[in-house]
Amino acid sequence: MDSASPLAPWAQSPPTFRRDPGDAGEVVRLSGDWTIRTIGPIEADLVPFRRDLEAAAGAVTFDLGGLGRLDTAGALVLLHLFGDVAEARRTIVGVDAKQRILLDEVAGAEREPAAPQLGPGPVIRFLIELGRYGVGWWVEARAVLGLLGGVAAVLFKIMLHPSRLRFIPFVNQLQRTALDATPIITLMSFLIGCIIAQQGAFYFRRFGADLYVVDMVGVLTLREIAVILTAVMVAGRSGSAFTAELGSMKMREEIDALKVIGLDPVEILVVPRLVALMIALPILTFLSDLASILGAAIVCNVYADIPIETFLYRLHAAVEMRTFFVGVSKAPFMALIIALVACVQGLQVEGSAESLGRRTTMAVVKSIFMVVVVDGIFAMFYAAAGV
Amino acid sequence: MSACAEGIAENEVIIRCRGVTVGFGERLILDGLDLDVRRGEILGFVGGSGTGKSVLMRTILGLNPLRGGTVEVFGHDLGAVDTATRAGIERCWGVLFQHGALFSSLTVLQNIQVPMREHLHLTQGLMDDLARLKIAMVGLPPDAADKFPSELSGGMIKRASLARALALDPAIVFLDEPTSGLDPIGAGDFDDLIAKLRDTLGLTVFMVTHDLDSLRSVCDRIAVLGNRRVLVEGPLATMLTFDDPWVKAYFRGTRARGLAAPAAE
Ligand SMILES: Nc1ncnc2c1ncn2[C@@H]1O[C@H](COP(=O)(O)OP(=O)(O)OP(=O)(O)O)[C@@H](O)[C@H]1O
Ligand SMILES: [Mg+2]
Repeated sequence: MDSASPLAPWAQSPPTFRRDPGDAGEVVRLSGDWTIRTIGPIEADLVPFRRDLEAAAGAVTFDLGGLGRLDTAGALVLLHLFGDVAEARRTIVGVDAKQRILLDEVAGAEREPAAPQLGPGPVIRFLIELGRYGVGWWVEARAVLGLLGGVAAVLFKIMLHPSRLRFIPFVNQLQRTALDATPIITLMSFLIGCIIAQQGAFYFRRFGADLYVVDMVGVLTLREIAVILTAVMVAGRSGSAFTAELGSMKMREEIDALKVIGLDPVEILVVPRLVALMIALPILTFLSDLASILGAAIVCNVYADIPIETFLYRLHAAVEMRTFFVGVSKAPFMALIIALVACVQGLQVEGSAESLGRRTTMAVVKSIFMVVVVDGIFAMFYAAAGV
Repeated sequence: MSACAEGIAENEVIIRCRGVTVGFGERLILDGLDLDVRRGEILGFVGGSGTGKSVLMRTILGLNPLRGGTVEVFGHDLGAVDTATRAGIERCWGVLFQHGALFSSLTVLQNIQVPMREHLHLTQGLMDDLARLKIAMVGLPPDAADKFPSELSGGMIKRASLARALALDPAIVFLDEPTSGLDPIGAGDFDDLIAKLRDTLGLTVFMVTHDLDSLRSVCDRIAVLGNRRVLVEGPLATMLTFDDPWVKAYFRGTRARGLAAPAAE
């Protein structure tokens, strides 16, 4: 270290302890620096020393004359050491005034460690966790429904007084959820379109049914793939953002501040996000449809030698407007469930950063799961309706 | 007698700020500020809200970049030290941030043990004992040990962060408004604790405060921040005679009625 400086401030001499027989009983000589930085290495050596000391009978004098520096941690260790000898048998000598004050201060503040509480056994713990988990689902389902009710009430008010819609936050959210997501979603859909077309062309060619790849790509992307992919992407992008935003506001009592000012957090925070997402997701799904069909057309042209005109002609025959609507009609519902789950998770964040992280993870996982569930429900519905 | 300040005599300068200039964007908050903190003293740092007290503290700690000037701690220019020295210096100071800055996902006990765990090799048992000792010293009830920061009151957060600042028995503690949010009795205990630690451990204290009682009872010197630099520094008596409208209003206003009398004795 810098030798020009007078200072290597963290260098200290190690503490030492020794037992000497003396005229009036034993003498324990303590010297060196007893500070938080020096006691670590000697902690282990001190254990047998203390055990022997405790076993010894007869008077013991602690000589602190050689003591260098002392801080609260050192004082605590010394006090533990003194405590091994019954008060009547021990004398302490060589303490200077400052060290005396410090020792008294530490002794005054030291308390018996609280007895460790015996926890329940593993089986009971498992049952407790299981119960918590079950109740957690129930609580959350109620919270989602509660929020849905709150949103419905706010939307009803907005319908009566359209000026109550928070227009600027709404547009801001729309930009963040729709416009900002456009590049990644179109790029991803384009690639997925390419991949599906390539795989389809590869297998259909074996049957000499090259052209059917167009039917497959058209129906598959319009009905299912585009909307699911987009919803999953949006759940990861916007869902996590909603949870993190609301959660950090919750942590810093900003939501409470809104409430006491007389503002409804659902109206201010949840509704703009939810409505924006319900508009954004169908738009993004539409863009995803276009991008994946473009990708498929290019691959068909290059890889399967299907000219673009033929592709378009075939696509026109294979899909109807209905196919497109089946896909897009799911988007607002998926957006609704993503926004609800994410906002509920955000509002359930507690004080800690860890809870924010956990809630954000849960928001993404649960909303993606719910997207798939919603898709399944729609599949059953459309099958029953014969679409 | 604290470990870190070895080689620096009592009353010698331990923190030396020269020409410290700090700004955000266009705006300069501090401009050519000079300040000395001497070993073993309790320096009270006052100034109007938003004058840059917290900014100066954060600058000394290296959390805000300097636009100009130097900050020396223990004789080392913090702008030029190598990482090992810097790490050594960091082990020698403790900080109480204005808003507590406790780690929200750790209990109070774990918060206090973070610096120990990071810098030292102690057994868990000793760390628990030490942390409980610190909890008791700052006047928290024993059951606070296992609480999370979100379950604490404002004053308890202050105490818990002081306990964390004291975890390594540092040579310097930086306290940003330690007594705001404490009841007067608690604030008095707080001041007593600081004074006692200074007397026994030779602690150096840099205390940003608005608490006139603290300024009177524990601070050895006071520095007043205004116009982006230190307007005046010295003992309370100097403050009472200094001719500046803000300083006059602060130390001789209605809220400061108690100050003048004992100082005149
Ligand atoms: N990160 C930052 N970016 C921009 N400006 C900042 C930043 N931190 C502080 N400031 C500005 O610096 C000025 C001084 O802030 P500082 O927090 O130091 O005030 P203070 O003197 O501690 O006041 P108080 O007594 O209210 O705590 C303020 O005007 C603040 O707006
Ligand atoms: Mg401040």
